Amino acid sequence: MDAEETKQKLVSKFVLPDTSIRSPRTRRVFMEIDYARFREALEYSYNGLAYKALAAITGFDEGENLAFMYHMSNEEGVVLSIKTFVKKADPSLMTITDIFPGADVFERELVDLLGAKVEGLKPGDRYPLTDDWPAGQYPLRKDWKVENLGEGGSCQR
Amino acid sequence: MPEMNSGEFKIPIGPQHPALKEPTSFSVALKGEKIMGVDVRLGYNHRGIEKACEERTYIQDVYLIERICGICSHSHSTAFVQAVEEIAGLEVPKRAKYIRMIIGELERIHSHLLWLGVAGHEIGFDTLLMYTWRDREIAMDILAEITGNRVNYGMNTIGGVRRDITAAQAKEVMEALKPLEERTKYYIDIATQEPTIVERLSGVGYVSKEDTIKLGAVGPTARASGVARDIRRDDPYSAYDEIPFNVITDDHCDVYGRAVVRLKELMETYKMISYGVMNLPEGPISVRAPRKIPAGEAISRYEAPRGEDFHYVKSNGSDHPERVKVRAPTLANVQCVKKMLENRYLADLPIVVAAIDPCFSCTDRLIEVKDVDKKSSDVIEWNDLTRYSIDWYRDRGIDMTKVGGLK
Repeated sequence: MDAEETKQKLVSKFVLPDTSIRSPRTRRVFMEIDYARFREALEYSYNGLAYKALAAITGFDEGENLAFMYHMSNEEGVVLSIKTFVKKADPSLMTITDIFPGADVFERELVDLLGAKVEGLKPGDRYPLTDDWPAGQYPLRKDWKVENLGEGGSCQR
Repeated sequence: MPEMNSGEFKIPIGPQHPALKEPTSFSVALKGEKIMGVDVRLGYNHRGIEKACEERTYIQDVYLIERICGICSHSHSTAFVQAVEEIAGLEVPKRAKYIRMIIGELERIHSHLLWLGVAGHEIGFDTLLMYTWRDREIAMDILAEITGNRVNYGMNTIGGVRRDITAAQAKEVMEALKPLEERTKYYIDIATQEPTIVERLSGVGYVSKEDTIKLGAVGPTARASGVARDIRRDDPYSAYDEIPFNVITDDHCDVYGRAVVRLKELMETYKMISYGVMNLPEGPISVRAPRKIPAGEAISRYEAPRGEDFHYVKSNGSDHPERVKVRAPTLANVQCVKKMLENRYLADLPIVVAAIDPCFSCTDRLIEVKDVDKKSSDVIEWNDLTRYSIDWYRDRGIDMTKVGGLK
């Protein structure tokens, strides 16, 4: 399935405005959807459109929101990136490891670097920060500076 | 690491260790000699490069990104500049695309030959290590001749490449391919016909095609389980849409298959470099790139020696990127390691881990071994585990010092 067909199917299934979905070039589709419908969109893409590989999850600090972009690819080389948002004040989202077991490490990264709360993750080591990294310090948040760690912080130069 | 019961102890070694490479730790639960479970702790070498990219200009980021990995340096820098060029709408000259492809494939040669040597070392076949690393020097010399560096070539810039390939250099590349091709054919014979190696690698580190897809493996790790994923063909970049080549797959699903895939795809790499050099288009090698990149976003994928290298870049109209995301292939492949080690012997751990060609970039490996019957645990250094593995198989008749037919 090529990018254009993917876009059409997603538009008709989720009734998306033009501002929420675009295919800037061959083999690329970017889509935005609210978190309430995100899980449905992910399942539809996996089961209905055969996007069976998860390449990565990119997390963003966008002011009031944390955003997460799930990059999935199919066998024809198309990458479908689904972006969704949660409030930074309550940055909870559900794990997708039941669909993509390999997402485990990507989700731990969102927890460590952006302060997302991923529910349903199995107990395990954190990734990628050190075990003694101070609580509440999320390096990929835009207002975070290394000085936040203070004297003697984990990565004090 | 798993919870420790009272009376247990562990000896911490690392994470920084002067003698070893690659910072990660495996915590292995054992029943006798059988592996019951494995926990992998990653992140020892997390350097905050994505954050650092946001605080630097695009052109500074090219050099920073190139230093993510010492072996796949060209892979990372190409993936990054391609994304920036796509956002900026730059049309990279064809000659630059061919040069990027040629350097990328030369990088694959040095990476795969390095891997073959490491794999030989892990199974006690150090003669293979010496041979492959000697032959790898041919590729390293060519890379140094063209780029000025053995690693971190500094070839890429936004809009093209920084150095041309001269006619004399092109001739040297063609000359270098001859011995490389001859030696690789010989290694294919050794790997597929020498009974000691075939016996040592077959069935070890098995992961089915279904599990490989489910766990999201990439590169030779996926292709050796029959999954024909190759970004060069599936989502072509630089000059790959014009270069004829075959995607090598194998259905052994084990370490043997991973060795065969890497060796056979080296033969494809030689053909690709040869084609690229013979058909190198005339013209400029770069176009002028703006300092400020217009707002936008792009995804760039690259088939690095270890598999898909995934970059996402978001720009905001300034000379600094808003967000840079990098997913290196090892992060995708390491998920498969647990599956590969299930119900295998401890003696297989070194070669199984080595067979995904992991790249955690620099320093420490330590293995915590926990006996689930005795409820005790201990910590083993990688070198000691390799020695244990070699002795364990030697006691069972697989002795690499007796491998004949080497030349």
